[in-house]
Amino acid sequence: MDSKKGIIFTGAVIGILAVVLVRFGNPVNMGICIACFIRDTTGALGLHRAEVVQYIRPEIIGIVLGAFLISVAKKEFDVRGGSSPFLRFMLGFVVMLGALMFLGCPLRMVLRLGGGDLNALFGLAGFAAGIIVGIIFLKNGFSLKRTYKLSKLEGYLFPLFNAGLYILLLTAPAFIFFSTKGPGAGHAPVWIALAAGLIVGVLVQRTRLCMVGGIRDAILFKDTYLILGFISIIVFASLGNLYFGFYKLGFAGQSVAHADGVWNFLGMALAGWGSVLLGGCPLRQLILAAEGNVDSVITVLGMSAGAAFAHNFSLAASAQGPSPNGKIAVLISFALTLMIAYFNLERDVKATVQGGVKIGAN
Amino acid sequence: MAQIDTRGMSCPQPVLMTKKALEVNSTEVTVLVDSKTAKSNVERYLNLTGYTINTIERDGEANTFEISAKKK
Repeated sequence: MDSKKGIIFTGAVIGILAVVLVRFGNPVNMGICIACFIRDTTGALGLHRAEVVQYIRPEIIGIVLGAFLISVAKKEFDVRGGSSPFLRFMLGFVVMLGALMFLGCPLRMVLRLGGGDLNALFGLAGFAAGIIVGIIFLKNGFSLKRTYKLSKLEGYLFPLFNAGLYILLLTAPAFIFFSTKGPGAGHAPVWIALAAGLIVGVLVQRTRLCMVGGIRDAILFKDTYLILGFISIIVFASLGNLYFGFYKLGFAGQSVAHADGVWNFLGMALAGWGSVLLGGCPLRQLILAAEGNVDSVITVLGMSAGAAFAHNFSLAASAQGPSPNGKIAVLISFALTLMIAYFNLERDVKATVQGGVKIGAN
Repeated sequence: MAQIDTRGMSCPQPVLMTKKALEVNSTEVTVLVDSKTAKSNVERYLNLTGYTINTIERDGEANTFEISAKKK
């Protein structure tokens, strides 16, 4: 699958499946959204009490289990961690705050573009700007340091936790919250959502599709492999939306979106910058978490905590626009991200490269 | 010849370290990676920039590869 055809195919499948999920009940332009769905699941567990966004999303479970199973089958399941765990937690947290300012993760931004939501153009501009800032730090030696091998159990726990979530979804005990109105109440039947997630999990694990990686590699290495997947999603989601009649070109009245260009830009700039420092977008973090990368598990937990804070303290934007608290939170998050980026610059990298034969050994 | 150890580094640092090493010595480099993702990323970069690649898997170390590259 490590071919241009493979990644274009994966983008096509994701674009079409996302529209099919909308057809079966997911909110418009939200067939798949990693940030929104982690937020919904966090709410279903009662960690935030925003009644309109609480549901255990089977897409997330499917993506995790699909990526887990295929990584085991392909002998790529490898348990590692220990690369700046708390910084990764905080970056996951700020990426979620940025995403909830824009109202969608980078994947949903692409799906919104495919649905004709022009507000996502501001998001895309911000996303690219955030990635460029991140690249400047990468080029100057930014690193979250190495990972180390850990026990198998630590890697199995995250997929197991997701299997547990599936049981909670099916049995729906009283302590789990499910929205009866709002975006959380809009969902495709469980088995369709789970199957879609499994397919996406397998394909993305094989092709390493990543929204942030697409723009990053194109700028940094003139490598267009990943961005082909990004473009493919937009093209096929557009076609799917046109086919099912969901396509709506314009700024006003878009589904689960607001029209504040500045904060759409800033929200995605934060998500883009944070994701570059993490090494991948929320979708990619989920896949890595499933294949044994415990640092990505920590990142996903950071995103979940970010979602809980966002709704407990009115930081998330709504269709009416950003909240005052949310604006302050995004600005603080920029300051935090700058600190993380600055204090993790390894200034001796260049000197080491020039000085000797061995680079990066420690 | 430059040898780089990128084990345990997250995306895109293995490729970035390879790029930096080639800025110092552009004729050949050996890159040690410990995931198939890093392997294909580094190989793709070396291919794009005109290198002949020879990759061997290390015995007894799962998903660990030595990628040797020479300028074409």
